[in-house]
Amino acid sequence: MFQDRMGLLSDPNRRRALTNLLTRLNTPICVLCYLAGVAWFMGLAFEPFTLRTYMSENAMGSTMVEERFPAGERALVTAREFGAHKRKSGAMPVDWLVKTMQSRGLEVYTQSFSRRLPFPDENKERYMVRGTNVYGILRAPRAPRTEALVLSAPCSPDNSNNQAVGLLLGLAQYFRSQIYWAKDIIFLVNEHDLIGMQAWLEAYHHTNITGMDWAPLHGRGGSIQAALSLELSSDVVTSLDLVLEGLNGQLPNLDLANLFYTFCQKQDILCTIQEKLQRSDWDSVSGYSQAVQTMALMVLKQASGRPWGDHGLFLRYHIESATIRGINSFRQYKTDTTTVGRLLEGMFRKLNNLLERLHQSYFFYLLPSLSRFVSIGYYMPAFGFLAVILLLRALDLWVQLGALPSVTEDGVGVTDQSSSPSLVSILTPVVISHLTGAALYTLPVLSQELAVQHFPVSETEAVVLTAIAIYTAGLALPHNTHRFMLAEGTEQGWRVLKLVAVLYLAVLLSCTALINFSLGFILALTLVPVAAFVTPHVPKVLSAVVMVLLAPGCTLLYCVFAFQELQEAPVSLIDGWMLFLSVISQGMLDHALYGSLVYPLLALFIYPCWLILWNILFWK
Amino acid sequence: MTYVSLLSPVVCVCVSHFVLIGRTSAFLLLHQARAERFFRSDHTNNWAVLVCTSRFWFNYRHVANTLSVYRSVKRLGIPDSHIVLMLADDMACNHRNPKPATVFSHKNMELNVYGDDVEVDYRGYEVTVENFLRVLTGRLPPSTPRSKRLLSDDHSNILIYLTGHGGNGFLKFQDSEEISNVELADAFEQMWQKRRYNELLFIIDTCQGASMYERFYSPNLMALASSQVGEDSLSHQPDLAIGVHLMDRYTFYLLEFLEDIHPASQANMNDLFKVCPKSQCVSTPGHRTDLFQRDPGSVLITDFFGSVRKVEITMETINLTVPGIPLERFGGEPHTETALAYVDQLPVAQIIHQKPKQKDWHPPDGFILGLWTLILLVFFRTYGIKHLKHIF
Repeated sequence: MFQDRMGLLSDPNRRRALTNLLTRLNTPICVLCYLAGVAWFMGLAFEPFTLRTYMSENAMGSTMVEERFPAGERALVTAREFGAHKRKSGAMPVDWLVKTMQSRGLEVYTQSFSRRLPFPDENKERYMVRGTNVYGILRAPRAPRTEALVLSAPCSPDNSNNQAVGLLLGLAQYFRSQIYWAKDIIFLVNEHDLIGMQAWLEAYHHTNITGMDWAPLHGRGGSIQAALSLELSSDVVTSLDLVLEGLNGQLPNLDLANLFYTFCQKQDILCTIQEKLQRSDWDSVSGYSQAVQTMALMVLKQASGRPWGDHGLFLRYHIESATIRGINSFRQYKTDTTTVGRLLEGMFRKLNNLLERLHQSYFFYLLPSLSRFVSIGYYMPAFGFLAVILLLRALDLWVQLGALPSVTEDGVGVTDQSSSPSLVSILTPVVISHLTGAALYTLPVLSQELAVQHFPVSETEAVVLTAIAIYTAGLALPHNTHRFMLAEGTEQGWRVLKLVAVLYLAVLLSCTALINFSLGFILALTLVPVAAFVTPHVPKVLSAVVMVLLAPGCTLLYCVFAFQELQEAPVSLIDGWMLFLSVISQGMLDHALYGSLVYPLLALFIYPCWLILWNILFWK
Repeated sequence: MTYVSLLSPVVCVCVSHFVLIGRTSAFLLLHQARAERFFRSDHTNNWAVLVCTSRFWFNYRHVANTLSVYRSVKRLGIPDSHIVLMLADDMACNHRNPKPATVFSHKNMELNVYGDDVEVDYRGYEVTVENFLRVLTGRLPPSTPRSKRLLSDDHSNILIYLTGHGGNGFLKFQDSEEISNVELADAFEQMWQKRRYNELLFIIDTCQGASMYERFYSPNLMALASSQVGEDSLSHQPDLAIGVHLMDRYTFYLLEFLEDIHPASQANMNDLFKVCPKSQCVSTPGHRTDLFQRDPGSVLITDFFGSVRKVEITMETINLTVPGIPLERFGGEPHTETALAYVDQLPVAQIIHQKPKQKDWHPPDGFILGLWTLILLVFFRTYGIKHLKHIF
């Protein structure tokens, strides 16, 4: 009778029943959760489950503005001039730009910067970068200089983006003659795209995060409220593409995308996201698959952690920004530069009406199309299901650890010793895994000189191949670490280690998913099954192969192939491999140049975690 | 000789005596009718308190609302010294205004209600609930300039116009505070008790505006609102060049109606109630006249919106030195003027504790008596009858 009054968990009988239930049903529930997580994610793009986008900011109002920008043709003439000067000087025509901006009535300043990359960038063919940014400030006629908006266009070394600079200068001249500006407008032409933008932003905000060498800015506007980056390489466009993903998967406020979309509809311009058109037939299979592809592309781009346009670096400073890219494909209906100029004019007039930073709409979302969105409240459960698997496994291990001492599996003589595995035997694999991770993080860049001397490879290849070598060398660790183990591993030992590993992975993935949902979700997709099923008792060879196939490195490889597939530019195996190598080098460069956190996360935390699980597989 | 005399009670009475002791009865009746029309309302001056309570550029239309009513009221004769204009934000000089120093009420910039002679008494952050209530009740610090005071007396007709963002039972001031309908009703009661108005017309153009006049309980109040509880008041038309909505629907049609009124107009309040029907306004305008003494049909628009000087031209001289002929001549009781006194602000007799009223003594209820007897009996029964003998 006394037992009946005990609580559910403190009653040993009931507790045993619960734990038995947990142990028995653990694997089926884990499998169910995994399938539920994947199904939830796939269901996110299904149109009835998404919401229509809408403008949340009251101050911006609707598209209630009269755009009168007339000078599209003149902008194209300026673009041709710019192109000619660029070809002549080989780099950015600084003097011509300064003179042109001054003639349009702006306050013009330049900034020089230089940076030595840790190793040469083979994609953009640069190693020692030196450049100049040119920017002109249009002061608001009647307002105090407390707030600013930025319109930027990159100065590309080849013949692209001339029209963007031309349109920027044309808009500068038109904006100068208006009196309704309440914020300063900064027209920025940055050289060496992201490196120049990083130098300008660091100087503007008086920070020095990445160790770049830049000259301080002589002229400054107020605090920047919003920024638009323009990429236009043709005289006429058939569609405008909106790029939102920024550094570390950060996204601008959804209101900026809504603003772009409403103005595209007003000006009757075709607008796309991920370069995919919108479809109205959501109940057909092809309509749904298009939405899934768009969302999957956004997830992959966000997971990569690199800024996909010049706007990506603004987001770190809490400045809402987006890149508008003009695309000229084979379509009959073409939009001329004047209309694109009017779109930008309308957007800037609406941003001018803002009284505070954009904050009313969502900061965390996924876009299956420009008119539909999925907010964080709807997509987080997909990751939650995957995280629950790890917690269930941890509970199961805890229960097993609690039950183990009562079952004398080991020999009588070692019962005392094996009742609690020594801390050293648990810590050793953890420490060694993390040391390997640290080696993976630091050695490739440090040892490139050494590698180049001994092998006939370029620096970039040396770095990448060193990284892969260290990664693969980690696979051989379990056989070697046993030498450092003082005692033989026990049944309890691997359970404790796995408990630690599973909880560590859960914390890691959850924290990652909070900041960058896509990265957390993709890593969880492959790592959670590994963490769930690995024990020393599964068939070794088969599970070793499966573990290698689901390792972070191979996940990256699959992502590369999937990305190419989704962009409708599938690659062969060899090309895919080369692309994979370049992705690794770009990841390391992003980390060194802009502070992207994907490479350190993978090298210092995810990879050691996977190594611990690998150790468990080969536990003796 | 011809006298043109300004309106004053004494002269009115003298003149009425003069009129009414005319020789022929027809002459009497005609002048009686004219006199009745003459004294239809007993107000002698007009005031207007026009308040716009919202700031920020996207609330342009509220400022335009207030300024258009200001313009009409000024045109119909109320001078700036009798208008208290409160605007919470400066739209004319806002950095985003493509036409600085103007506030338009019609699109295509037809009508600039800002004009060049606008006088704003409370501007920007001075428009607060406290300042508004102080203006109404007159409790202002001695340093307040006269232009910021509502110097009305008991013969003033006051027009109060409020616009902004509102809800069920409140009106939002400046994005940070609100005034409730109870506060407003109490303020009007204070005004009544201090004899600060003769009659008051209250117009409100906000969402759910009818909730603001629900709680009025003072006499001589008439109220109009642009929408009922649960309805939103909608804006009228956007101007694409300026980029904002210019006016609210109710005030737009009110302005159209007022543009037809001139100082001698005989339009009455029933016409005002018909302004902006549901077909034009989308919301249902409401009004409240139960606290008003006169019939709304006999109230002229110009009684509140204009400042009409009543003038009576006489052809005959009036002897002001001779006391007037007593009123018994045309029957009726002598109208003894009771001396008017203010209501006791501190009713001392009620506050200081008086001797409590003597309540009659009732013998205790039979039931209670019986109950006590029962209890006693039970007590003695339980604990033994021997105790009883100690009592008896």
